[in-house]
Amino acid sequence: MVTATQETTTLPVAPVATARRRRIRRGHLPLALLMITPAVIGFLVFFAYPTVQGVYYSFTDFHVLSAPNWVGLDNFRELLADDVFWRSLWVTVYFVLLSVFFGIVISLITAVIMHRLTRSTVIRGLILLPFLISGVVAAMTWSWMMDPGLGIINSLLVELTGHPLLFFGDSSLAVPSLAAISVWKSMGYNAILIFAGLQTIPGTIYEAGRVDGATEFQMFRRLTVPLLRNILVMVVILTVIGSFQVFDIVQVTTKGGPQNASLVLQMYIYNKAFTQFDFGYAATMSLALFAMLIAITFTQLKMTRAGESDLN
Amino acid sequence: MATRSVTSRPSVGRILAWAYLAVIILVTLFPFYWILRTALSNNYALHTNPSSLLPVDFTWGAFKRALGLATVAEAQAEGGSGASVNTALYLRNSIVYAGVQTALVVFCSATAAYAFSRLRWRGRELVFSILLCALMVPAIFTLIPNFVTVKNLGLTNSFAGMILPGAFFSAFNIFFLRQFMLGLSSEVEEAATIDGAGPLRVFFRIVLPMCSAPIATLCLLTFINTWNDYFWPLMVTSDDSVRPLTLALAVFKQSSPNTAVDWAGLMAATLIAAAPMLLLFVVFGKRIVNSIGFTGIK
Repeated sequence: MVTATQETTTLPVAPVATARRRRIRRGHLPLALLMITPAVIGFLVFFAYPTVQGVYYSFTDFHVLSAPNWVGLDNFRELLADDVFWRSLWVTVYFVLLSVFFGIVISLITAVIMHRLTRSTVIRGLILLPFLISGVVAAMTWSWMMDPGLGIINSLLVELTGHPLLFFGDSSLAVPSLAAISVWKSMGYNAILIFAGLQTIPGTIYEAGRVDGATEFQMFRRLTVPLLRNILVMVVILTVIGSFQVFDIVQVTTKGGPQNASLVLQMYIYNKAFTQFDFGYAATMSLALFAMLIAITFTQLKMTRAGESDLN
Repeated sequence: MATRSVTSRPSVGRILAWAYLAVIILVTLFPFYWILRTALSNNYALHTNPSSLLPVDFTWGAFKRALGLATVAEAQAEGGSGASVNTALYLRNSIVYAGVQTALVVFCSATAAYAFSRLRWRGRELVFSILLCALMVPAIFTLIPNFVTVKNLGLTNSFAGMILPGAFFSAFNIFFLRQFMLGLSSEVEEAATIDGAGPLRVFFRIVLPMCSAPIATLCLLTFINTWNDYFWPLMVTSDDSVRPLTLALAVFKQSSPNTAVDWAGLMAATLIAAAPMLLLFVVFGKRIVNSIGFTGIK
């Protein structure tokens, strides 16, 4: 509406230009279609079609070599009765909870402290480093450092406590060890997102708080956290969605073991599809994962009223 | 005097805060140092002194093994398996995969972003919001059907099969560039139009150069993501001739015997896989840091 009124006011001044603009406006459609064609084809062939196809496969018995065979709700019945699925869902949720809780707490503290102490891009850059390397590299490095015999962490543990820990071989330690790698890898990225959010909070708010005699901690709880809500919700959602789909660090370190103790959902889906070639059931599990992610995202957005900000 | 002491007095809180930050940086960076320290060690000697902070029995042997430059005898003398690891080939594959994918998807995103921001046509907002729906679909959901598509096209074990699904469309890239293009002033564009330049010419001569900064950022982010990609290449490749380095590294780790892992060789290969990312970081670190902050605020 605003642009329309602006254009009518400029009309008497430059009628020629407006006429030209109007002609161009009509003429843009073919060019626009040409320019969006690659993206639209990519979207249709590799996003829209596979999404529909994924839903279809989940109702079929499909082993790649032969055509999919419609079985109705069989896969879903199998899913409900599949103990390994529920076990792996629980393992995944446990992993997500650990990664989200420790990831957010550590990156929030780091961001707030960086914001108070230094604007140095170098420091922010350094803590971002783990984010730039692949999950495979991170997992490889940590599995070397956590190696029971030769790893530096266990060498130190032996000196301190006298016995090493089997980080990836002990079923109660496998998931926390994986979560530690995941937190190490994503902490810097989250801290930088939160840091950017902190920079949007006007300093005057803190001055007002200080005048009112608030302590650092009170200002953190009553001003920083509420004003950061949008960014925090986004970081939590990104971390939840990312951790639900964890795969590479698991595949490199534990492959789901010992005794399925770290068999996260994506690992199980991968095993079903590429070692047992049960694509139909793998698709059913992906659909379940997809549904859970959507439900979680919407719940989080609703609960926190993420669309609103107290700043304006 | 009084004000100076208030601002520069190192309070307990500030010292603790700096100490916390120092610990965080140490934990962040130590693994990188440990990769280097291990890669420069003799794999046999690692057993004798596992907690030494310096390379144990310094040697370039692990890098030679990782790059396939060591003879079998040399490799075995330093605890390598002697099996050939063709890191140079994997490195080439990674460069082709990440390079071609980045160039294609950023260009296609730029043209689409231009159509969604500077061109006026019916249905623009509707088409844009449909494309944005792709942000909702998790990768795992589309990967299995995409694998079937690529397989039916006979493109498994080829660069085309690896690159195609991500070559034309990225909802995030289009969104990111459109946001920037919407903010461009229309004056230069209009001046060029009045001078007789068509919209296509305006795109190549004016809008693309004006967007060089965000385009460079997107190229960086896409390149890093593709370089580090693991799941998709794992699905569609089984052949060394196209396998990227990230994938080869994981396979190498899994295939090495558990009893006598060549950790020095593995860490050297790890460093080679991470090196391009570290190099990009040294050159473009500031831009990467700032662009990540930017994506957060949007």
